[in-house]
Amino acid sequence: MSKNINIIRSTSVPLNMENVDTDQIIPARFLKATSREGFGKNLFRDWKYNNNDEMNPKPDFILNNPTYSGRILVAAKNFGCGSSREHAAWAIKDAGFDVVVSSFFADIFKSNALNNFLLPVQVSEGFLKKIFEAVTQDPNTEIEVILEKQTITILSTHEQENFEINAYKKTCLLNGYDDIDYLLSLKKQIEEFETP
Amino acid sequence: MGKTLFEKIWDKHVVKTIEGGPSVFYIDKHFIHEVTSPQAFAGLNKRGIKAFRPDQVVATADHNVPTVDQHLPIKEELSRRQVEMLKKNCAEHGIEMYGLGHPYQGIVHVIGPELGITQPGMTIVCGDSHTSTHGAFGNIAFGIGTTEVEMVLTTQCLLQSKPLLMRINVDGALNKGVVSKDIVLYIISQLSASGATGYAVEFAGSAIRSLSMEARMTICNMSIEMGARCGMIAPDETTFNYIKGRKFAPQGEAWERAVAYWKTLYSDGDAKFDRELFIKAEDIEPMITYGTNPGMGIGITGRVPALKDIDEKEKASFQKSLQYMGLEAGSNLKGRKVDYVFIGSCTNSRIEDLRMVASFVKGKQKASDVEVWIVPGSKQVEAQAKQEGIDKIFEEAGFMLRQPGCSACLGMNEDKIPAGKYCISTSNRNFEGRQGQNARTFLASPLTAALAAITGEVGDVREYLGKQVEEGAFIEN
Repeated sequence: MSKNINIIRSTSVPLNMENVDTDQIIPARFLKATSREGFGKNLFRDWKYNNNDEMNPKPDFILNNPTYSGRILVAAKNFGCGSSREHAAWAIKDAGFDVVVSSFFADIFKSNALNNFLLPVQVSEGFLKKIFEAVTQDPNTEIEVILEKQTITILSTHEQENFEINAYKKTCLLNGYDDIDYLLSLKKQIEEFETP
Repeated sequence: MGKTLFEKIWDKHVVKTIEGGPSVFYIDKHFIHEVTSPQAFAGLNKRGIKAFRPDQVVATADHNVPTVDQHLPIKEELSRRQVEMLKKNCAEHGIEMYGLGHPYQGIVHVIGPELGITQPGMTIVCGDSHTSTHGAFGNIAFGIGTTEVEMVLTTQCLLQSKPLLMRINVDGALNKGVVSKDIVLYIISQLSASGATGYAVEFAGSAIRSLSMEARMTICNMSIEMGARCGMIAPDETTFNYIKGRKFAPQGEAWERAVAYWKTLYSDGDAKFDRELFIKAEDIEPMITYGTNPGMGIGITGRVPALKDIDEKEKASFQKSLQYMGLEAGSNLKGRKVDYVFIGSCTNSRIEDLRMVASFVKGKQKASDVEVWIVPGSKQVEAQAKQEGIDKIFEEAGFMLRQPGCSACLGMNEDKIPAGKYCISTSNRNFEGRQGQNARTFLASPLTAALAAITGEVGDVREYLGKQVEEGAFIEN
C-alpha cells in the first residue's frame, strides 16, 4: 500500500453511473481470500466480462475502453453504497487508483477508502458534470488533486473546486499515519475510561 | 436543551474528541464473522498483540456456510479455509465462537438479539453493514470495514465523527397485509438509496411502537439501504419483555438496574433533529422492488416509473437497471412469474417471519414450477420452528427448509439463484448479481413472498387475506 499521499496528477476513468454499490465493485464470491492483496483483477468483474469469462469482455464498459486510463476514478452520486466490505477499497487501490471522485460517497466506503490511502474527493454536482464533459471530450485531460490545499483542478480548463476532509484524517494521509497506531497510543486513557 | 436517544448513548461512549477531527468512540460489543475478520487478525498477529477485550467479542460463521449437510466438512475449499481460520483466530485470541454445529450458530444479526447479547444503550459494531439491525433495541449499532475491525480488536475503540440526526415518524394503523418489511421498503422508496447518508436515523411513531421486536429489527436492518449510519428505536416494554430471561440478559438485581437505565433512553421532548419526516401508516401498501437498488420500490398495485418521470441524469442508471431486470418502464409487476422464492437473511429469517409464512401457507401447495427455500436465521430459530411443527407445514407445502446461514442473500456460498431467473426474496439487496450472477431479485415481505410461493407469481396479498380469515387461519401483522 502506497502511503503519504498529497499531489495526484493524472488522467481519469469516467464511470458515469449513480449508486455504484460494493457488490459491483467486488462481487461477494471474491471475498473468500484471507489477505488484502490481489483484489484488483476482479474489480467490477461482472461489469467487465460476459458470463465471468475473461475472453469475453463487455466492450461498452468504460474500464475496458483503452481510451481511458489513469489513477483517478470518477463516478456519479452515491458511490460505494451497500455492503461494508473493505475489499471494495482494496480492489480499487490494487487496480491502480489513488483517488475516487464523486458528488456523494456512502459512509462506510468513505471510511474504508481513507483507511487504505485511497482518497475520496467529494465535489459538487456541477463540478462533477464539468469533469465528465472535459474527460469525455478529451480523454487526455489531466486532473490534479492536491490534498494539502484540498483542491481539485481540471488542468485543461483550470476550473477548480475545494473539497472537504477532516483535519485529523488529512494529517494521517499526508504523513502516512495509521489510526491503529494512534489508538494504541491511547491505551491507558481507554482503560481509565472503562473503569466506572 | 434536551438530548436525542442517539446523543444520550453517544455522549456516554466518547473517550476523547480530537481537535477538529473525530472522536475516540468506545465499543461495547463486537460481532465478527469469517469473511471480514481474517485480515484484521492478520494485522494483530503482525503487531504481535492479542485481542484487547476478547470477552466483548462474539464470533459466528454465517456468510460462507452451506445450508444443507452442515454436519459434513464444507465442500468449497476457500470457504472452508475461511471458516477454519476464524476458528483458529478465535481460539488464539480467546474469543467465544458459535461455529457450525453449535446450538447458537446463525446469522450474526439474528443470534446477537436472541441470545440477549444485544441490549439497549450499547454501542455495537460488526464488519457487516446490516449491523444496524441491533439498533431496534435502542443502541448505536453500525457496520464497519476490516481495518476498523482491527481497531476494535486492538483497542475496543473506533474513530468516529458524529453523524447528523434524522427522525422518521410512522403514525397510524397499518393496513391488513402490510408488515414491517413493507414499512421500510416504503421509506427507502421515498428517501432513495442515498437519502439518509450521513445520518443516524431514529424510527418513532405509533405504528413503530406497535411492532414486535422481530418486526423492529427488520426496519433497522434496512436503514443502511438508504445510506444511514445506523437505525434505532427507543426501548420500551416490548424491548424489555423480549430480552428478559435470554441467555446473556442481566439477571436479578442487575436486571432491575439495567431496566431502570434503559427507561431513560428516549429522545427528550425538546431534542433537536437535523431532519424529521412524517409518514402515515395507512399510505403504505405491500411493497415490491423492480430495480437494482432497494430505493427502486413500488406499492404492489403501482407501476414501474415511466421513463419521462425519471430525472435526466438518472436515466442511464434507470435504463440499465430495467434492462438487467428484464422489465419495461411503466409496466406493473402484479402477475409476473417468479422462479424462486427465498425466505431468509438477517432481514426476515426470525421465528416470527417463519410463523407468518407458515400461517399463510398452511394446507396449501407451492406452485409446481417454483423453487422455495426457507432458511432460518439461526439454529435456535430452526429448533423453535421444528418444535412448533412449522417444519411440517413447509414440508407439506413442498418448501425446502434449509439450515441456518446467509444463504441466497449474497451469492457467496453455494445457494445462488441461476442467471436470468426471477427470485422474490425477503432479503435486503436487489443489486445486480447479488443473489448470483445475472440473477433478478424482487425484494418483498415474507407474506408477499409466501403468496408467490403458492401462486408462482407476484401478487397482492390483501386479495387473499379475507379468504384466510374465513378458513380460520390467522395472519399476524
